[in-house]
Amino acid sequence: MTDAATGPDQITGATPDNALRTADRAEAGPVLSADGTPLKTSLNRALRREKMRALLLVSPLLIFILVTFIAPIADMLFRSVENRIVADTLPQTVAGLDQSSLEVPGEPTFEDLYFDLFLAAEAKKHTQLGTRLNYESAGVSSLFRSSGRRLDDIGEETQDALEDLDESWGEAGFWYGLMNNADDSDDALLKSERARVKALTAEPTGGDIAFAPSAEIAQILPRTTRAYTAWAVYIALIDDDVVAEEEPWEAVYAALGVDLERDATLEALATYAGPGADQLRAAAEADLPSVDYRAAFVEMDDGWGETEVWNTLRTYSSEYTIGYFLNAIDLQLTPNGIEKRPDRESIYLMLFQRTLVMSLIITISCIILGYPIAWLLANLPMRSANLLMILVLLPFWTSLLVRTSAWKILLQQQGVINDLLVWIGIVSNTGRLVLINNQTGTIIAMTHILLPFMILPLYSVMKTIPVTYVRAAKSLGATDWTAFWRVYFPNSVPGIGAGSILVFILSIGYYITPELVGGTSGVFISNRIAYHISSSLNWGLAAALGTILLAAVLMLYYTYDRMVGIDNVKLGG
Amino acid sequence: MRDGTDEFVVFDHVQKSYDGETLVVKDLNLSIGKGEFLTMLGPSGSGKTTCLMMLAGFETATHGEILLDGRPINNIPPHKRGIGMVFQNYALFPHMTVAENLAFPLEVRKVDKSAREERVKSALDMVQMGAFGGRRPAQLSGGQQQRVALARALVFEPELVLMDEPLGALDKQLREHMQFEITNLAHSLGITTVYVTHDQTEALTMSDRVAVFDDGRIQQLAPPDKLYEEPENSFVAQFIGENNTLSGVIDKIDGDRCTVRLTSGDLIDAKPVNVTKPGEKTLVSIRPERVEFNKDRLMPGAHTLKAEVLEFIYMGDIFRTRLRVAGKDDFVVKTRNAPDQARLEPGRQIEIGWLPSDCRALDA
Repeated sequence: MTDAATGPDQITGATPDNALRTADRAEAGPVLSADGTPLKTSLNRALRREKMRALLLVSPLLIFILVTFIAPIADMLFRSVENRIVADTLPQTVAGLDQSSLEVPGEPTFEDLYFDLFLAAEAKKHTQLGTRLNYESAGVSSLFRSSGRRLDDIGEETQDALEDLDESWGEAGFWYGLMNNADDSDDALLKSERARVKALTAEPTGGDIAFAPSAEIAQILPRTTRAYTAWAVYIALIDDDVVAEEEPWEAVYAALGVDLERDATLEALATYAGPGADQLRAAAEADLPSVDYRAAFVEMDDGWGETEVWNTLRTYSSEYTIGYFLNAIDLQLTPNGIEKRPDRESIYLMLFQRTLVMSLIITISCIILGYPIAWLLANLPMRSANLLMILVLLPFWTSLLVRTSAWKILLQQQGVINDLLVWIGIVSNTGRLVLINNQTGTIIAMTHILLPFMILPLYSVMKTIPVTYVRAAKSLGATDWTAFWRVYFPNSVPGIGAGSILVFILSIGYYITPELVGGTSGVFISNRIAYHISSSLNWGLAAALGTILLAAVLMLYYTYDRMVGIDNVKLGG
Repeated sequence: MRDGTDEFVVFDHVQKSYDGETLVVKDLNLSIGKGEFLTMLGPSGSGKTTCLMMLAGFETATHGEILLDGRPINNIPPHKRGIGMVFQNYALFPHMTVAENLAFPLEVRKVDKSAREERVKSALDMVQMGAFGGRRPAQLSGGQQQRVALARALVFEPELVLMDEPLGALDKQLREHMQFEITNLAHSLGITTVYVTHDQTEALTMSDRVAVFDDGRIQQLAPPDKLYEEPENSFVAQFIGENNTLSGVIDKIDGDRCTVRLTSGDLIDAKPVNVTKPGEKTLVSIRPERVEFNKDRLMPGAHTLKAEVLEFIYMGDIFRTRLRVAGKDDFVVKTRNAPDQARLEPGRQIEIGWLPSDCRALDA
């Protein structure tokens, strides 16, 4: 505070200035308390109790906010990169898909797709995947929906042929005897199928299913055992039925058909002596219908024979994706890298820009309208200032919806303002101004709604500017304008800063007013976010847009801090 | 120094009312000479600050005329009056450095840059703040801010400087030091100064003349010594310095001597000030240091009063003795701590008296 060497107030004696000087001269270095511990340590110890108490006092609110606000928001934002649905729904397909290729894959991948899709269709999850992939490539949704309905047909053919061969293929008990072996079970398979069903259905799958896949059969008939185990887990835990009493799905028959066509299976069967060995050997020798899975899928829907759906699957098969973020800035992920979206699908950059520009206009309007009011409030005598303050706060007593609706009535073409202008003669009856359902409407209504948020911080800062500053400036020879501009205004800047930050941040996230009075040209990015949350259900994209918005706000805040200094923002005192 | 004939600032029948019902300033007539240091002294609400603000131009007179160097200034806005002003809390602009604060009045007067810097520097040197030009006011101590405010009010070389309780926020020692500096500066620069304060010590030590305000009027306008020793009414007597008062009735008047019969029945000698005839009620006032208890020093035949010592307070340089006199318990006597000075222990009965010229019979 004072300069020890050059301070002019060199009065000997105990003045406060001299005390400060003495403090300045005091030796630097750690100060020790009476018992020799550093003063800081003992101060911290002394304050710990108070800190604990403070923490206890805020903890209910802290926990409430963490649980009901921070955690859901974090979860929501996480959805902007999360993309597990593809790998969860089609695990084998994704694992077997050749990422480097750009072509339609071969028969084995179609086989994988059949068994993945069958389970997904039973769990009714294939449409969700279709919806997800439809965000990236239009038409995928109907592809999945239509295919899901016709998967049964493929397995039914094999089932009929097997049952014609031997009645026991139609018996639940026979299948159970064939597949189950508690003494020599393939635990790894069971565990992985449990995990797969859990990922697919989001239900707990740890319960007892009274089934253990036989390790021997799993060796001989890998696809069949896998399909049967997945079925068993699903039947026992999701449908709450007994595995041994249920006839397996068509997919299990189809899997047997695939297994029996392999030469390795025939060799292994030659030495097999377990349950159902005869029936298996008979089935292997019989001429079962051979299924061409690729052809079957293409027959269901031509789309499966085209590269687009497969490339979309390849691009979005990873667990995490930047696809939503790219989408949010009008880009897209393709097998060839990141590309610009076609112009007719590009709206988000334009919406972000519009949101920022209009928020800026609203903020500036609020400063221009609010500054004189705040000045009046701060300089009027108490009684009039209180009355004016009530008028400023009056809007808060009315619902936001009501105020916005009032603007609809005022601003429409047959509304009060247009009627008045026509009556005065400023505009002609045919040339009524379009004041609503466009950007003008949004700016007018939002400026009105956010004005108190500008006035209040301005007022509280102006209240602290002593009247003597302006008087001093005038006595020094400044005109009214110079006194205002050189002295009063710079001291009110912290209030402008606080009000602007408040209004700007509120307005770039505003939803209800643009929705009601903005039409199509006056809506903000938040309206699009709301659309994706509640209508299109593309939560990933909504989360990505929200994250970008949040990042923009934080960046502005940071820039403001660097330029003006956040310490200069005052909401009062 | 003061040039008595030169009427630099004149208040001519000035009145001021804020609400149209009561007058804050009632018929003020005051002439201030060029180079004079005049202090307006009074309790809060006495109208002294209002007078200052009218002179500065921040308040307008409801009636009457204020003249500055012969020109009426009622309709001249503050920024054209060219009056320097120091405010109670300094009113330094917090967003400017000390040098920028000082440059401000020169800038608005369009003084060119080099001349500006030179004048700022010399003004800062004048108040011994030359090394602080780059600092912000918030980085200065109270005393330093005070100096800067003073320099800012003087940097554009006004002929008249107004000061509104400028030392009120400083601690006692610094205040005394600054009192001395301000008067020195004002006199060496030859500027006219109007100084407002409610601190009588400040008023007495700094001023050429003091105007004591109460109830919107000047109660007395006089140099400090006259004000202290010859108060013209009981308000001034009680407001300035410590004072013993006794109430009574004029017994008889004889030129500049009168006899007063106190309510206790005792007779005392006094000097009539604003009493005119016997039978009039009066309040006599005696300064504590002018009370004698050594009969040899009194005039022959002087009236004396019986007194009982109630309390003796040792204050270092002086002794303060509280007495019961004529039925009053708060009669104070101050004596110098001299080797031969008697120390009166409580309970002792003594006789006190005074020179008639030291005891002033004022209005009741």
